[in-house]
Amino acid sequence: MSHHFPALLVIAPLLSAFFISGAGWLNRRFCLPLAVASLGVAGLSALSLFWRVVQQGPVLYRLGGWDPPWGIAYAVDFLNAPVLVLICIVALLNLWASHRQVEEQFKEKTGAFYTLYVLMVTGLLGITVTGDAFNLYVLLEIASLSGYGLIAMGEDRAPLATLNYVYMGTIGACFYLLGIGYLYIVTGSLNMADIARILPGLYENKAVLTALIICLVGLWLKMAFFPLHVWLPNAYTFAPVPSAALIAPLMTKVMVYVMIRLMLTVFTPGYVFSTLGINDAVVWFAVIAIVMGAILALGQRDLKKMISYIIVAEVGYMVGGAWLGNRAGMTGAILHIINDALMTLCLFLAVAAITYRMKSYTFSSLKGLIRKMPFTMGAFILGGLSIIGVPPTCGFFSKWYLITGALQAGHYGFMAALLFSSLVNVVLFFRIIEIGFFEPFNEGHGHGEHGPEPMNEAPLSILVPLWIVALGLVVVGVYTSEIITHVLQFAIPKAIL
Amino acid sequence: METVFSIKPLLAVLVSVAAVPFLIWSRNPNTRETWTFAAAFVKFGIVLSMLPAVLSGTQIVCKVAQVMPGMAIAFRVDALGMLFALVSSSLWIVTSAYSIGYMRGLNEHGQTRYFCFFALALSATIGVAFAANLFTLYLFYEMLSFATYPLVTHHQDQEARSSGRKYLLYIVGTSIGLVLPAMITAYALGGTLEFSTKGFLAGTGSPALLTALLFLFVFGFAKAAVMPLHSWLPAAMVAPTPVSALLHAVAVVKVGVFSVVRVITGVFGVDLLQSLHLSPVLTAVASVTILVGSFVALSQNNLKRLLAFSTIAQLSYIVLGLGLLSPKGMTGGILHIAMHAFGKITLFFCAGAIFVATGKKNISEMVGIGRRMPVTMSAFFLGSLSIIGVPPCGGFISKWYLVTGTLEANQMPILFVLLASSLLNAAYFMPVVYRAFFCTPEEALFENRVQEAPLFCVGPPVITAAISIILLFYPQPFFRLAESAVRAITGG
Amino acid sequence: MSGIVATIIAKYNYWIYICLMMIGLYAMITKRNLIKKIVGMNIFQTAIILFYVSIGAKRGGTIPIIEHAHGGQSHAVEAVHYINPLPHVLMLTAIVVAVATLGVALALAIRIYNRYRTLEEDEILSRIRGS
Repeated sequence: MSHHFPALLVIAPLLSAFFISGAGWLNRRFCLPLAVASLGVAGLSALSLFWRVVQQGPVLYRLGGWDPPWGIAYAVDFLNAPVLVLICIVALLNLWASHRQVEEQFKEKTGAFYTLYVLMVTGLLGITVTGDAFNLYVLLEIASLSGYGLIAMGEDRAPLATLNYVYMGTIGACFYLLGIGYLYIVTGSLNMADIARILPGLYENKAVLTALIICLVGLWLKMAFFPLHVWLPNAYTFAPVPSAALIAPLMTKVMVYVMIRLMLTVFTPGYVFSTLGINDAVVWFAVIAIVMGAILALGQRDLKKMISYIIVAEVGYMVGGAWLGNRAGMTGAILHIINDALMTLCLFLAVAAITYRMKSYTFSSLKGLIRKMPFTMGAFILGGLSIIGVPPTCGFFSKWYLITGALQAGHYGFMAALLFSSLVNVVLFFRIIEIGFFEPFNEGHGHGEHGPEPMNEAPLSILVPLWIVALGLVVVGVYTSEIITHVLQFAIPKAIL
Repeated sequence: METVFSIKPLLAVLVSVAAVPFLIWSRNPNTRETWTFAAAFVKFGIVLSMLPAVLSGTQIVCKVAQVMPGMAIAFRVDALGMLFALVSSSLWIVTSAYSIGYMRGLNEHGQTRYFCFFALALSATIGVAFAANLFTLYLFYEMLSFATYPLVTHHQDQEARSSGRKYLLYIVGTSIGLVLPAMITAYALGGTLEFSTKGFLAGTGSPALLTALLFLFVFGFAKAAVMPLHSWLPAAMVAPTPVSALLHAVAVVKVGVFSVVRVITGVFGVDLLQSLHLSPVLTAVASVTILVGSFVALSQNNLKRLLAFSTIAQLSYIVLGLGLLSPKGMTGGILHIAMHAFGKITLFFCAGAIFVATGKKNISEMVGIGRRMPVTMSAFFLGSLSIIGVPPCGGFISKWYLVTGTLEANQMPILFVLLASSLLNAAYFMPVVYRAFFCTPEEALFENRVQEAPLFCVGPPVITAAISIILLFYPQPFFRLAESAVRAITGG
Repeated sequence: MSGIVATIIAKYNYWIYICLMMIGLYAMITKRNLIKKIVGMNIFQTAIILFYVSIGAKRGGTIPIIEHAHGGQSHAVEAVHYINPLPHVLMLTAIVVAVATLGVALALAIRIYNRYRTLEEDEILSRIRGS
């Protein structure tokens, strides 16, 4: 049984999607338990796989018993094992936090929501676990299509925002497919390990270069790497909060993972960083992404949009770190995949709590909120501190590695951009704290009159997962050393110094 | 040097954090204050219990967690940290008493929040004092910045809001913008962040780079209020006076200076700085801050702002003492951490007591106040004597050592700076005292009737003033700590 | 000159797919009508499907079914005679994906139409700003 875990990871949520969809017709009460059960199975598989990888090294699973390169292989190694666990944890916590809101908001569409939800997770898990380049495309589309559905369930402007996302997402996925096509022409294989075996002799071939660049452009579109980010802010803002809290932490991060997988596993670091000669340009684009993301976030007047632009900047962190071409930068980028997913989840769950009570997420609805919802705002501030990069929250440590990487690579522009974005994040979050702290909730009260505002916290079903994530930020931060020495350092090839 | 493992440093840090839930849950203000006192006394007790060991030359270490390869949250209690912890934890007790008098006297809102963040701030302060490496120091430094923000902006009005902005902009802006890159560079160069008596940067980088690093650190720890990054301090005076007193005369600003001292001694090492010829530059920066701060203080009418500028000037004494790189000068600088703390907190307490009793903030409105509040103003007089540096107060000792340090280092211009500054100190403090006591009955703005602030407001300044005097005659614990700290640094 | 022409003619399948892709991209970028954009998107996807199909093709090749599998006269299979089936099989999946994407896009277009009573992006945007 246990050796089937890699398949179970994808199959459990995939199958449950059908049942949930059926349950949605028959009896809506069964939807949530089914979703929880399937994601729980996936989560347990991911955890035990993670454990096995840490103990015994990478795991290779042959789907249907076919040996690679003919059959599809699922490969779990040090790079994707933590990402798998991360996806399951985020999905489960968000499910816990948002089920109340889902049932109140979607009513008869609850079944549809949960179906899409587990399908999205299926896609993300599949993307992460698969060792087959084309299989990755299919799962990418599963994740994207269900993601479109989840986003489109949102408010008034959601369909238009989603349609724009569909255009961009499709172009991105098609580019990736095209790149894989070129790789297939050159190598005749779709298995990542197999391609990696064949490629080194073919690096002279211009088609290999074309393939890599086309794939990268596709992935950058999907991960909203500036200036290909235009679809993201609206899509995440108008999405219903339960969807946004799943998609925002995971989608972009999983795409970053795919990029790193491509750079490290399919291609060799030597080729990517030296022969190709584009790393400096990419890092400069990352600098622009970080700076523009930060500046655009400053101009926003509502929470979700602000966080969306912060994500744009954070994507710049990860892409830049990965392309610095040294060990510290790559460690920072991979670490930031984990950390940023948790931070974004923390912020979005806080937004969920705020929206649940205030029915709004604009800045003006935050007035007096520190008094009214102290626990929510406390977790929000903790998330903000992590985004700023204050120790001992995890955001500090990935930033530390990224800056060290920038320093070692001599890329001072990237270092300055990271510091600049930290400073802007201070402004962003303390602006919110100011609104929550200084401005009286009820306009009728004048300044100086501090009548005790009634505390009106979000329900525990949101608060508990929110605080689990918020404390998780600190725990992950303190355990950074363990994560790096036991997992991440093996994920990066020795060729990268 | 002997090293002992003990979790006492960790306990000393955590005790006030642990008190926070009790503060929140206690329904009754009296219970709440009892918890504050309990935490304060326990904290002081733990710190005190480590004193004999430290005095006998032992180091107490405690490693909490390895957060990154080669980087840990760890504590190490040495003489320098002990001195600072002793000062701040003992003053927390006094300030807690004062807070009760002040906050209740003015019927302030949000007192629970106030006491909670005060406790957090103290945890962070002790954390900085006991930090064994730069990372731990930075961690608690940042924690202190964020924990004090709600205290500075306690009044929640427009003025507090803009001051809070300025406060954060300076404090967090510099710590992220300057200290963080400097710290990462230092780690990249030295491969460690552990403080050592000889520093770990010697011979790792070009002189230009190391000089740049030093300045990133010195200015980056903006809590030290070295000019031109000083203007958050006067702005932060919108805070309630106990906050100004403990945090902006002792904890926050001293954390800044302490961090600078740690970096100079533990990261760079005296020998390295000497070989880089950085002493004149450091002393010049400090001297400018001392003189300009004192001159600006002369022109202040708001008493708390005057004290703020005086603090800016006095903090640079410490930087100056260290910058001299001579044993005597360094002893003086380190001693000044303690001496200035007791003197300045007395002055702040008095300013607050005046505000509670009369509602006056400006010096021009305090003519003849000595007749109404003789005890408070006597304490004020003693406090200002300590700051000026004349007997019978402790400030004399640290100044004496600074002066002999300048002679030792053969830095005559600095001697003049110190003397000029003492004169300036006298010039801005003495008129306040003079006009409080000696004025014609027509000039007096107060009736000739003794009416002091509540006991909780008057007691603390009297106590701290008394300690100031005692410190002149019995400076032993601080003096021996400072001496052994300097001995460790200079290796002599 | 003739060299370029020869290259173009020799690799005409690539040029066709690139032209189709560009047409699709052009429609998606410049057209302001949502349906036209969706059509452009579909052309874009189809271009890539054609690209894949064309790389599997072989002049003179036939479908990869071995004729004499169950006969006595079994002989060695010569790859030259058969087209590569794998890209075609992959494209079955890609076609499904394309259809699903089209379905989602059209469903969204319907919802947008029901809400704004128009499919012209400019009008929708002006209505969003107006309201």
